[in-house]
Amino acid sequence: MPPVITISQLAKHYQVPEREGGMKAALTSLFNRKYKTIKAVDNITFNIEPGEVVGFLGPNGAGKTTTLKMLSGLLHPTSGEVRVLGYEPRHRSHDYLRQITLVMGNRNQLTWDLPALDSFDLQRAVYGIPADDFKRTRDDFIELLELGDLVKKPVRNLSLGERMKMEIVAALLHKPKILFLDEPTLGLDVTMQRRIRTFIAEYNRRYNATVLLTSHYMADVEALCKRVIVIHHGHILFDGDLSSLVNQFSSYKTLSLSLQNSNAPLEKYGEVVSREDGKVTLRIPKARTSEVTARLLSDFQVDDLTVEDTPVDDVIDQVFSQKEAT
Amino acid sequence: MRRYIDYYLTSMKVSILSQIQYRVANYFYMIGMIAEPVIYLVVWSTIAQQQGGSVGGYTPGTFAAYYIVWTLVRNMNIVFTPFGWEWRIREGMLSMELMRPMHPIHSDIAYFAGWKFVVILLWLPLAAFLSWVFKPTFDVNLMEVVVFFLAIWGAYLIRTMLLSLLGMITFWTTRVSAIFELYFGLELILSGRLVPMTLMPQWVQDLSNYLPFKWTFYFPIEALVGSLTLQELWTGVGMQVLWIVIGASLLNLVWRAAIRQFSAVGG
Repeated sequence: MPPVITISQLAKHYQVPEREGGMKAALTSLFNRKYKTIKAVDNITFNIEPGEVVGFLGPNGAGKTTTLKMLSGLLHPTSGEVRVLGYEPRHRSHDYLRQITLVMGNRNQLTWDLPALDSFDLQRAVYGIPADDFKRTRDDFIELLELGDLVKKPVRNLSLGERMKMEIVAALLHKPKILFLDEPTLGLDVTMQRRIRTFIAEYNRRYNATVLLTSHYMADVEALCKRVIVIHHGHILFDGDLSSLVNQFSSYKTLSLSLQNSNAPLEKYGEVVSREDGKVTLRIPKARTSEVTARLLSDFQVDDLTVEDTPVDDVIDQVFSQKEAT
Repeated sequence: MRRYIDYYLTSMKVSILSQIQYRVANYFYMIGMIAEPVIYLVVWSTIAQQQGGSVGGYTPGTFAAYYIVWTLVRNMNIVFTPFGWEWRIREGMLSMELMRPMHPIHSDIAYFAGWKFVVILLWLPLAAFLSWVFKPTFDVNLMEVVVFFLAIWGAYLIRTMLLSLLGMITFWTTRVSAIFELYFGLELILSGRLVPMTLMPQWVQDLSNYLPFKWTFYFPIEALVGSLTLQELWTGVGMQVLWIVIGASLLNLVWRAAIRQFSAVGG
């Protein structure tokens, strides 16, 4: 099957006015305005296969949202090619828009004063969804997200998490084939994040939908995405399996120990990350894991010991800091 | 076509339900709005009485009729404002609307059209009260009622097109308040909102024939309270249709450029 998303040498550059502070600079800029080119996205290339769930990671300003906006047709690329489901997104053809959705964590498409059911009905009319199909899908989603009678409460009376769940239902009622999710769990508590994650995974499984997800919560990425694309300053730093990212960029393992002697000197075994109530966390080079573990077990009275890969958050941090350093 | 009809009906229903939530606020808004025509009415009635009973053919009774109908026409003239476009772009709301397989103008027209039904309902007791106080002179036939009904919706569509066109300036610059105020000033004088157009100097009346403003205000009121001939009534409707077509065509043209601008710099 051909890829559903094809991006080749895609770039988006902006011209922004730039001047020094102060009156003189302000007056000069009236007659001689200087511009700076911002390369929000700079020659990125990747493909996404049907049904893939891909994490699109990067710090603020990396180019994630700009890329999602180009994919959904909201921004025209400066150069390069984009094809989604065979369409050029920038034409924003209605046939194309009916097959995709863009969920932005900070955007609201629900009618504030009315129950979400009314907004769902409006979505039905916007997308021309047949009544039976609409009712089935809506009720299905309501059940999956455990919304119950919340759909009958005015949106203004819902919590942030409840509203986000309603937003997601509204965005998926037309059963899009491609989901562009920009921080869908932004600001939500852990339980709510988990529920939304489970729902996205279920939607992907049922409809073989393709998902491109940006999130600052690594739990989202770990739970949903086998593949990640890491972008920084508009360039792709990594594109591959999440496990390969950890192997490639993390040269450390994390050891968690419960010791009877909580003051035991451990500095010579590795970097002590934390020490609290007899529980110690050590960071050790990956190559020395077996050797250090064996020495710790022989040198101390150890009640419990676990060895883990470095958390993905830390790995991503390392990727960015290594790149900054170079 | 069926999809659009369904969309319009659903969106109007949503709008009516929303506005009913704010019925008290809506009512106070409308009550506040009658201050302007009541001032005009009192001033012109006084002048008419001092000048022997009429000014430019308007008696206190016909002035009362003019300004009472004015209150409904004024409400029908309320549409999505240029300031709304600025807000929509600044807050990123336009992005969400652009993701729909439908031009955003449909959502504006449908939503505000729904609101109008609530407005008309709320207007009826206000009109009854004003009629009791100011004793308007009405001499209305069925054809005038039919044309008036068409004309208030025609006015609504013309003003939607014009203010959307004005709002689209915000795609290029957000410092547009002065332009908006200039537009509203011209509209006040050339639409019949301030005074009936026949009380204006002849050159203003001539100028207003070539502009859209009077077809959004003066014409719908005159259709009901004036003594327009059958030909004048339907010519007026024809002029409204012409301005709707001109407005829609311009909107389509400017929209393409605006959306190119938006797609270049983002929202």
